[in-house]
Amino acid sequence: MLTKEDIAKRIAKEVKDRYFVNLGIGIPTLVANYVREDIAVEFQSENGVLGMGPFPFEGEEDADIINAGKQTITTLPGASFFDSAFSFGMIRSQKVDLTILGAMEVSENGDIANWKIPGKMVKGMGGAMDLVASAENIIVAMMHVNKAGESKILKKCTLPLTGVGCVKKIVTELAVLEVTEKGFKLLERAPGVSVEHIIASTEAELIIEGEIPEMDI
Amino acid sequence: MITKKVNNVQDAIKGIETGMTIMFGGFGLCGIPENTIAALVNTSISDLTCISNNAGVDDFGLGLLLQKKQIKKMISSYVGENAEFERQMLSGELEVELTPQGTLAERCRAAQAGIPAFFTPAGYGTEVAEGKEVREFNGKMHIMEQAFKADFSIVKAWKGDEAGNLIFKGTARNFNACMAGAGKITIAEVEELVPVGTLDPNQIHIPGIMVQRIFQGEKFEKRIEQRTVRKRA
Repeated sequence: MLTKEDIAKRIAKEVKDRYFVNLGIGIPTLVANYVREDIAVEFQSENGVLGMGPFPFEGEEDADIINAGKQTITTLPGASFFDSAFSFGMIRSQKVDLTILGAMEVSENGDIANWKIPGKMVKGMGGAMDLVASAENIIVAMMHVNKAGESKILKKCTLPLTGVGCVKKIVTELAVLEVTEKGFKLLERAPGVSVEHIIASTEAELIIEGEIPEMDI
Repeated sequence: MITKKVNNVQDAIKGIETGMTIMFGGFGLCGIPENTIAALVNTSISDLTCISNNAGVDDFGLGLLLQKKQIKKMISSYVGENAEFERQMLSGELEVELTPQGTLAERCRAAQAGIPAFFTPAGYGTEVAEGKEVREFNGKMHIMEQAFKADFSIVKAWKGDEAGNLIFKGTARNFNACMAGAGKITIAEVEELVPVGTLDPNQIHIPGIMVQRIFQGEKFEKRIEQRTVRKRA
């Protein structure tokens, strides 16, 4: 079973040379730590920065330089700042190549729910609805099951949707899944996790073809 | 040069009344017009509709107006950092309209640009789309969103001059640049009000025509919401 860091490491392999990438809050933020150093990648944060760098050294925090998670950050050479409308302009016009975000539920047609639990939690969608409606390439980082052990990979989402038919790939603590026209296809399993375990942890049907390889973390 | 300078925050907020709709710039606590918010907290103005990406935290930013129950309705994209907000929303004291962040920004920009409405894919197929016109463009579904109508826009900039020209710093540009000129009257509070002629016209982010009142804030706390650092090697 993968740790959150392992999930980030596996997703980092999806980040290709010359990609502009938007990282969501939580596990996706960790992906930046594991991207290969021999490729050129720029991170965009929707509050208005391209060319985001690591956290600042202690004492060098600047209240005016944060990411969308409201964390203090730095910028790298070549970075730029812009306003919120411009930021979502570059997202809607698909200049951003890859969006990585978290989810509460994903369904087999690629629907995603991650902003509201009616009666319990309403934090808002932030930029997630714009990102999932616009991006061509969306990878979800999430836990396969909730704390009660129930599958979050579903035939149909039960929570209010963030976007429809948009998720392309999911990486969980158990598996890598691809969203195809026929439903979820099992691509890889976490080291030491059996295909049976993944099937038992997934409410949706899985397409399983041949031997399923272990992830290379 | 047409001057926009007002002497202080009290002069800047003249005309703001109970029941008005006001835009507030900022993202989280980054780039919020903290002096103007503090001045509004000290008035009896209430029943405000506030357009702001977030609602501050419990004891800073718009959270201060919430605590004093001066806000009737919030239009925001993300409100997860404020316990008092959640309490008022769940008890029904506070009306809340949640809108996707890019849509929120574009509804401000549309108002600023004199465009009444636009189509966006954000929120199609979700509860955000309920009651809105849906149209297909280039094989993709979009929903119609309308420009905001606000009585005042209140923004914060790094530097400004008497002509109302504004320059922002870092990610504090965020919604401030989209909201300047989007309301009927725009108030800009700046960290530094410099003499006219000292700002390079090539470097101006928002031209002074979008700003009706400008003043230098007395004090900027610039609170950090999530202080994240790394250790020196």
